[in-house]
Amino acid sequence: MAHPTLAVLERNLLLYRRLWRASVFSSVVLPVLFVLSIGLGVGGYVGGIGGTDYLSWIVPGVLASTAFQIGVGECTYTVLGDFRWVRSYHAMRATPVDIWDMLRGWLLYVLLRVEVAVVVFLVVSAAFGALHSPWALVTPLVCALLGLAVAAPVTAFAATVEHDSYFALLFRFVMIPSTLFAGVFFPVEQLPGLVRPLAYVSPLWHAVELCRAATLGGAPPWPVAAHVACLAVFAVAGLWWANRAFRKRLED
Amino acid sequence: MKRFGDFTAVDGIDVSVAPGEAFGFLGPNGAGKSSTMRMIACVSMPTAGELRILGKDPAVHGSEIRARLGVCPQLDNLDPDLSVRENLTTYARYFGLSRQEARRRAEELLEFAQLTEKAASQVEPLSGGMKRRLTIARAMVNDPDLVLLDEPTTGLDPQARHLLWERLFRLKQEGKTLVLTTHYMDEAEQLCDRLVVMDGGRIVAEGSPRALIERYSTAEVVELRFGVLRPADLVGKLEGVGERVDPLPDRILVYTGDGDAAVAEVHRRGLAPSSVLVRRSSLEDVFLHLTGRRLVD
Repeated sequence: MAHPTLAVLERNLLLYRRLWRASVFSSVVLPVLFVLSIGLGVGGYVGGIGGTDYLSWIVPGVLASTAFQIGVGECTYTVLGDFRWVRSYHAMRATPVDIWDMLRGWLLYVLLRVEVAVVVFLVVSAAFGALHSPWALVTPLVCALLGLAVAAPVTAFAATVEHDSYFALLFRFVMIPSTLFAGVFFPVEQLPGLVRPLAYVSPLWHAVELCRAATLGGAPPWPVAAHVACLAVFAVAGLWWANRAFRKRLED
Repeated sequence: MKRFGDFTAVDGIDVSVAPGEAFGFLGPNGAGKSSTMRMIACVSMPTAGELRILGKDPAVHGSEIRARLGVCPQLDNLDPDLSVRENLTTYARYFGLSRQEARRRAEELLEFAQLTEKAASQVEPLSGGMKRRLTIARAMVNDPDLVLLDEPTTGLDPQARHLLWERLFRLKQEGKTLVLTTHYMDEAEQLCDRLVVMDGGRIVAEGSPRALIERYSTAEVVELRFGVLRPADLVGKLEGVGERVDPLPDRILVYTGDGDAAVAEVHRRGLAPSSVLVRRSSLEDVFLHLTGRRLVD
């Protein structure tokens, strides 16, 4: 007998089969173009950071930020739409599928999307000689944790709001600043001391540092366990919030 | 009993539905029908009182009960980007059917809903009647013991309604327990063995359609129209004709056991109605009598 969580995952994959063409460009091709233009183009001017060529330095950053963007982007309009317009969660609610099944089935789908993009990106990076340590193989795990750390709270947020205009605020005031100040393109040490804590509270920064340590073969600025714990806190809090938001939305 | 903050949607109702019965909740908008249905569907929990569905407590066995329910909601929640067949198979998977079983069941239900030719079509372009049929077919995917239908034919044209009634009647004959809400009286008369009329969150009458008509109305109703004369001015002259006289803005209804005798009496009193219609009393007369003619939006 199929587990209800898998049935929910299947539904999301079935829908993706109709939409995948549109997403391949933004989640796979775009990051590759990005790293080539900035890494090779800008890298030609700046040389390197801390003895590493710029391309190798930004590859782990763009890798994590790809996971971050899929995690945030997928969980906005789709989740709101499934509550408001399609009402597919209401349909599931009338079956043995429970709220944890809905959340697990959905987040597994998002993680699959994250992993496909991350693996393609890694292969391209390897082809350009931008990976310098076998530890690069753990970056998909780091990206999965990051994906969950952002997908869960954003899903919760999307299940709470009544209108999609809130997503513009999310993109403008949370997602873009997080990407700019999370050590993707330059070390956070370049930031003024006052602004630096912004990076520390961004799940993206923790993932970027872990990925960078893995692909370059060094140690991250904080102990590995501390970075992982920060991501885990986001993931667990996000799951708890999402469960509450779904319950509230579906029960009354 | 169901409260939302200060608002009491369902204010203490007491009903029981026997297996194999077709039971209806009737009532104007805001009467508490949908809130009641959501509680029966184990989606919303009662604020107070006791509720048992298929002998079980929804607060404890919600998922187990839902596995044996078929729910056709008031608002369609089909997946518009999936095909008709995929809507059925996906839903079947939620109930734990194997892929093969889900496909087999989908074919059966496509036939039942007369949608076999549309199996590969997406849901979006289907007509309202087809979507409703698909929603009802989808509710049957787990071969439920209890089928809940919240206003199953609202917004459909007469052809589509009659086709749906015929399908629902077949379910009834198969021995399924049906619980439905409606504000179409003809629908209730067609489908329900027993029904309750709700108003303001309470039950105001209960019984079979026939029993309700006998109890709250008369055998026949005479509808009289008097051209330009205002019905309200004529009521005095009709006093004593039939059991009850109900003046509407455009006509007067006379509730009576014998329509022809009442019409004869009207003429004997020297009144000359411009049109006379004698008809049998219907559930609609009962409904309007019990819930009033005040418009609820």
